Amino acid sequence: MSRPRDPAEERLGWLLCTPAVLAMLLVTGYPILYAIWLSLFRYDLRFPDQREFAGLANYASVLTSGVWWQALGNTLIITVGSVAIELVLGMLLALVMRRALFLRRTVRASVLVPYAIITVVAALAWKFAFDPVTGFVNPWLGLEQPWLTQRWSAFLVIILTEVWKTTPFMALLLLAGLTLVPQDLLDAARVDGANAWQRFFRVTLPLMRNAVLVALLFRTLDAFRIFDTVFVQTRGAQGTETVSVVGYHTLVTRLNLGLGSAVSVLIFLCVLAIAALFVRGLGASFAAEDRS
Amino acid sequence: MSGERGLLEGLFWRAGSLLVIVYALLPVAWIVALSLKPAANLNDKRFVPQRFSLEHYRAIFADAQFPAALWNSIGIAAISTLLAVLLATFAAYAIVRLRFRGRNLVLAAALSIAMFPPVAVIGPLFDLWRTLGLYDTWLGLILPYMTFTLPLAIWTLAAFFREIPWDLDQAARVDGATPLQAFRYVIVPLAAPGVFTAAILVFIFAWNDFLFAAALTSTNAARTVPAAIAFFTGSSRFELPTGSIAAASVVVTVPVTLVVLLFQRRIVAGLTAGAVKG
Repeated sequence: MSRPRDPAEERLGWLLCTPAVLAMLLVTGYPILYAIWLSLFRYDLRFPDQREFAGLANYASVLTSGVWWQALGNTLIITVGSVAIELVLGMLLALVMRRALFLRRTVRASVLVPYAIITVVAALAWKFAFDPVTGFVNPWLGLEQPWLTQRWSAFLVIILTEVWKTTPFMALLLLAGLTLVPQDLLDAARVDGANAWQRFFRVTLPLMRNAVLVALLFRTLDAFRIFDTVFVQTRGAQGTETVSVVGYHTLVTRLNLGLGSAVSVLIFLCVLAIAALFVRGLGASFAAEDRS
Repeated sequence: MSGERGLLEGLFWRAGSLLVIVYALLPVAWIVALSLKPAANLNDKRFVPQRFSLEHYRAIFADAQFPAALWNSIGIAAISTLLAVLLATFAAYAIVRLRFRGRNLVLAAALSIAMFPPVAVIGPLFDLWRTLGLYDTWLGLILPYMTFTLPLAIWTLAAFFREIPWDLDQAARVDGATPLQAFRYVIVPLAAPGVFTAAILVFIFAWNDFLFAAALTSTNAARTVPAAIAFFTGSSRFELPTGSIAAASVVVTVPVTLVVLLFQRRIVAGLTAGAVKG
């Protein structure tokens, strides 16, 4: 396709894209620059007159505080925990959706239910379920466990909620990859005497490597931003604060815009780092595919 | 596949299907059950209510807070959806159909915003909105919702638009239609299903958001349902109004779930479109 560019087409192209690009620049581009700017100031909305340039002092105080590192650790625990479980469960769900003929429509419809439910609602439903006063979980398990008031059991409930809510999305992405695996190849492997495990790990999984990586990328970035579930279930108490909760509390509860902006910028950098890591992995994966 | 092995495999997938359905519906059934328990039975720790009552539903609609939040949620999500889909339709059409410099730049910008952590902008937006008088207003939430859903809408629409037959557009151009006419009379009707899918996905995002709503609103003027539910106050500060929360949850869950189930196929296509075609 090397027809010469048509100036009218070029103009129309930009005309049509301008509103969207403008909105993205104004509501995300400009604020992130403003956040970087604010992060260099001592700026507390309760004492707006005392605003003064502080250089990197805000970053120094965030990076030397235990709160940030604990929150980062918590966020990573929740991210790795939920994404790992989601990958396994999502793969099983995708396989069931692909293979099951029984109640096929019902199965495919019901996996969309968690996606349709507001995260705050899902978080509250699980909170009430695990609550020692109202919940059915303790009687069912024969326990007297105050789940959300102890750190590790709180993590368990938070991860369970995240897994419940987002596994369907993971499963749909994996299902899309699964449909790309040719059935003849699986049948051939079966004729050659490969059992179900071997067919899955030697044939199916290698062929859907890219789909898996894309699904992991989407979900990891999403899980790293976790806010709603933690805020609703523990408000960050019992040492379960995540980086987004720390950012929210610093900015909105304590109205410390300088310090909060430094937290925001650091979260932004973490997300960039995770994305870069995955994009490199994907690049290597695509390159390997081209060679073979 | 025949004989005992086929039968066993069939049973295995059947059990799997049942498990999936239970997995998806258990918490929903639980919150519905909770909302129907009379106040005296809320703490009975049973899954199935012993007696049924609609008192919590009456209570939330008798109070001013929930109806206001419901109205805010519907209005804000609807307007954000309309704007995001409109802007995204223009952009996606240009990206798929027209040749112009910077086309990939727009897609890349959209993708980077999709990965963007919203918490990184709530501080600046909080400050800006207070200066501009947008704090605690509908517009103050519509703007971020519209922007943060643009990438999703652009990628979904671009994926759908790529499937539309090129020739019809070309034919219209040959017959003397301007690019704009080709867009209006040929593409729009063909693109309607894609646009509709994008609209559902955007609406669900706006309907679901809690972070912006919690940070950028403070009163019934603009507080949406997720924030209202999360900040519902009970008779005492330390006691959650469990029944009201459960009833409000059911009210906001049922309509959206029905829409999602009704348009199930399209939503699945939309959610996976961007990811598979890349």
